Amino acid sequence: MTHASATVDMMQPPYPAERGLDVYNTKLGMWVFLASEVMFFAALIGTYVILRFGAPGEWARPGIVLNIKVTAFNTFLLICSSVSMVKAYASIQDGDRQKMRFWLLMTILGGATFVGIQVYEYTHLVERGFLPSGVREGSELAELVAQGTLPAATMGLYGSTFYTMTGFHGFHVTCGVISMTYLFFTKALPGKYTRQDYRGIETVGLYWHFVDLVWIILFTIVYLI
Amino acid sequence: METAHKRPNYILIWVYLAVLTAAELALAFELPISRNLKLVLLLFLAVWKALLVALFFMHLKFERWNLRIMAIIPLPLALIFLFAAMSEHAW
Repeated sequence: MTHASATVDMMQPPYPAERGLDVYNTKLGMWVFLASEVMFFAALIGTYVILRFGAPGEWARPGIVLNIKVTAFNTFLLICSSVSMVKAYASIQDGDRQKMRFWLLMTILGGATFVGIQVYEYTHLVERGFLPSGVREGSELAELVAQGTLPAATMGLYGSTFYTMTGFHGFHVTCGVISMTYLFFTKALPGKYTRQDYRGIETVGLYWHFVDLVWIILFTIVYLI
Repeated sequence: METAHKRPNYILIWVYLAVLTAAELALAFELPISRNLKLVLLLFLAVWKALLVALFFMHLKFERWNLRIMAIIPLPLALIFLFAAMSEHAW
């Protein structure tokens, strides 16, 4: 290749820019964040699976320590709040700000109630003697361990994995409630969302549905199996 | 911000999710079947519910393929992580 031809090659105009993902930045950012969240919860769930199936003995049978009825109601509540979130999204797509505010408020209330019930659940469990480190001596659950209803060897692993997984999920729900409340007062109430621009609703909605999705998996593996 | 796709029936998805949750509870505590079968069925129902949320509430069913791929990519990575950790344990 001569010097002249190399110069000609370099002088070629650049290729036209390829079209990207064709989504706006905050939505793309949320999807990237959610991809990292998948890995985060995969690490927690993976750890749980390994600890549980490699545990030195049986795991506590479902329904003995944890209150399934209360958590089933909480699961249903989170599913309802996912529906109200998507209804808020659909309402602003139709340009109906009043409905959007109503459904967003319902979502915030649903999320806050979920966290409240989880706090109640934790308080109740600690009262019964179920701690992240295992079972408290002299408690109601310690008696069940002494009777052989609960396995002594794995209660520490059970407590630590339960509180870690549900605690991190509860933290995510709390962050979602705070984010939605912020958007409600700063954007939704002043009428800043329109039929043409409802990016905040869509982005926080993606996060909220992801939190619901993670709970669907956690409910099954922590409470039912 | 136009929506080119037909909007899904969100209430119908909600009914599906509620019914599947009830089915999970019945399966876990009422049905007298083997523990392993119960485990497989419960995981199947959980994945089904998670897919309903991802496809219809997060609108992945209606997104472009490049965005769908971005959502799917972490799943095999998570599985690789899980199996690698499990094989380490078995070893």
